[in-house]
Amino acid sequence: MNTDERQHEGSVILLGPQSWHYADVTRTINELDIDGPIALVTAGWQENESDDSGLQKALDRPTINLSLHARSEGVADAEADFVAAWTLRQKHLRRLQEFYRIRLQSIDKAAGSIAVRHASSELLEEQLEISVSQLRHLDADHLQRCATIRERFDNDWPISSLPSLESQREEVAEELQACKALIITGGHVVAVLNRLRLFDVFATWDDRPIIGWSAGAMVLTERIVLFHDSPPFGTNLAQVLDTGFGLCPDLVALPDMSRRVHLDQKGPIGRFSRRMAPAHCLALDPGSRIRFEDGKMTAVEESARLDEDGQVNWGWTP
Amino acid sequence: MKLAIDQFLEGPKTKAAVDDFLDAHQFPLVQDDTITFVWRGEAEAVHLRHWIYGLGSSQGLSRMEGTDLWHQTLPLPSGSRVEYKFEIVRDGNGHWIRDPLNPHLARDPFGANSVAHGEDYSVPDWIHPDPQCPPGTYKVIDYHSDVLGHSPTRIYLPARFRESRDYPLLIVHDGEDYLRYASLGHILDNLMARREIPDMIVAFTDSTARLTEYANDERHAHFLTEELVPFMESEFPLRTQPQSRCLMGASFGAVAAFSTACRYPGFYGRLLLQSGSFAFTDIGEGNRRGPAFDPVVKFMNEFRAAPSAVSERVFVSCGMYESLIYENRSLIPLLKSTGMNVHFREARDGHNWENWRDRLREGLSWLFPGAFLMMYE
Repeated sequence: MNTDERQHEGSVILLGPQSWHYADVTRTINELDIDGPIALVTAGWQENESDDSGLQKALDRPTINLSLHARSEGVADAEADFVAAWTLRQKHLRRLQEFYRIRLQSIDKAAGSIAVRHASSELLEEQLEISVSQLRHLDADHLQRCATIRERFDNDWPISSLPSLESQREEVAEELQACKALIITGGHVVAVLNRLRLFDVFATWDDRPIIGWSAGAMVLTERIVLFHDSPPFGTNLAQVLDTGFGLCPDLVALPDMSRRVHLDQKGPIGRFSRRMAPAHCLALDPGSRIRFEDGKMTAVEESARLDEDGQVNWGWTP
Repeated sequence: MKLAIDQFLEGPKTKAAVDDFLDAHQFPLVQDDTITFVWRGEAEAVHLRHWIYGLGSSQGLSRMEGTDLWHQTLPLPSGSRVEYKFEIVRDGNGHWIRDPLNPHLARDPFGANSVAHGEDYSVPDWIHPDPQCPPGTYKVIDYHSDVLGHSPTRIYLPARFRESRDYPLLIVHDGEDYLRYASLGHILDNLMARREIPDMIVAFTDSTARLTEYANDERHAHFLTEELVPFMESEFPLRTQPQSRCLMGASFGAVAAFSTACRYPGFYGRLLLQSGSFAFTDIGEGNRRGPAFDPVVKFMNEFRAAPSAVSERVFVSCGMYESLIYENRSLIPLLKSTGMNVHFREARDGHNWENWRDRLREGLSWLFPGAFLMMYE
């Protein structure tokens, strides 16, 4: 169960990485004809959160940076016990992630090993289904465990027991009230996710447009999937991190996919696509744009879908 | 395609031809998975001295008839890196020199060697100081060990260090050599700034008697575990879980790291072992490497008889061109059999600091993955 999942009856637009001139986000804001202040969540930039002058300039509209990273530092100073408990929880979640990854690797290794056996295609297909099913089970189990830990934590630390956080949330809600659109930038995906949750940003946000890029797009989907086929330590298997806010259902967002994924490896791509089904695994490369209206995917530009047969389906549209 | 040296050997054997040949190429000549070493001068004999296990350690260069040019061509697979010197024999005496035609040097505690690269090898960019990556700070702790005596230790604090945060601890054997010859300071700065590893505190230790203290010496393990780590934890904001403690070392330093972890199973959750001198015997305890290895052989034989999961994640690297590749390759299945998570990297390189340097990014980021996987800009 995901307690964070929201419904949004308006426009949600997901983008890929933005260069210094922020062309896609600016074009999107112009097309949406946003004429009022825009709320910015730049928490993914962490300690550089306030370096938003380039973005402000490109948007050429009034903006209000919600400063969620700085606010969280303020809460940390004021609520020492809460932060100590939070830190312990994060350590526990990291440990769970490590154990989940160990299990994933052994299933994926077995799948790769079975796939090269000399057996009939029917038998191999049946075995692939078993492997995919095991991977899906692990993913779901991991998400459930993470959700349970978060839920327990939220019960242990009700907002009413945290006056500093409560007042910060009220301030954020007030700032959001004045805004016509919300932009969530890329950066550190956990930093974005946790700050949005901590300050309950979507609690008072109605159907006004939301634009997220890269990490900011990932958190708007149902599941956040970490992926990179060429990390500095060699190889890596895609892993679910946590649930997102679910504003963009049936989508796994893959920022900068063309650079991060070995697109010529049909076997792993096919397994990944089946593992994530029925969600579509879609690229958010520079220039990509995926639009949701009333919770439905309505338009996909400059993207590609990873298909179950391992093909990269460039130009796919819903 | 014919090798440049072969083409040259078919041509005129004159001083002018040799001058032209030397002017026209960079040396040693790397071509089609071969390397041709060249030396010019008068001598009774010229030998290539190298540290490539599998090739004879002394290869004679041939003199081109009628000239003072000496040459030798050897196989050099793509991605290789080799260190070497020439031995020039005059009046019956051999004198070792670096290659005067090759400006590239690899330094180590004994001086410097000439170094040559095969095709597809390049010096990693992440070993150099990067103005975008703020440097950490250092302080030297004049630590006095009850068991070892004076044990000065250099401490590295990350550029973003804050007292209110807690950090993993990395303990480096032969710390000053890692800093000087393997650029470990710059590498830490760069990998942390690029979020490939988390910010961490590093203790660079050194020994004045490494061949004894690093060879499964109880006193050394006691010093690290019962003295240094508690001291570090009292002085710095460190995480105290095993998975936040790492021991690393190369050669005998790797033996020191591994044997300490074996003496304190479960205390160090991460190990980075480079070209470990993990000598063992399958029968008897005698070894061909000399008495310094006797305690190592005894220790390794005991571990091989009853391997156990003394740590959680172990990164092992070794050069294919060093004799220890046999021992390191043999160790991997044993480590894996215990359930520990093991990552092994072989490189076309030898037993030297630049080999160890080039593996640090992979090793450190595998043992301590940074926020790299979380970053989606």
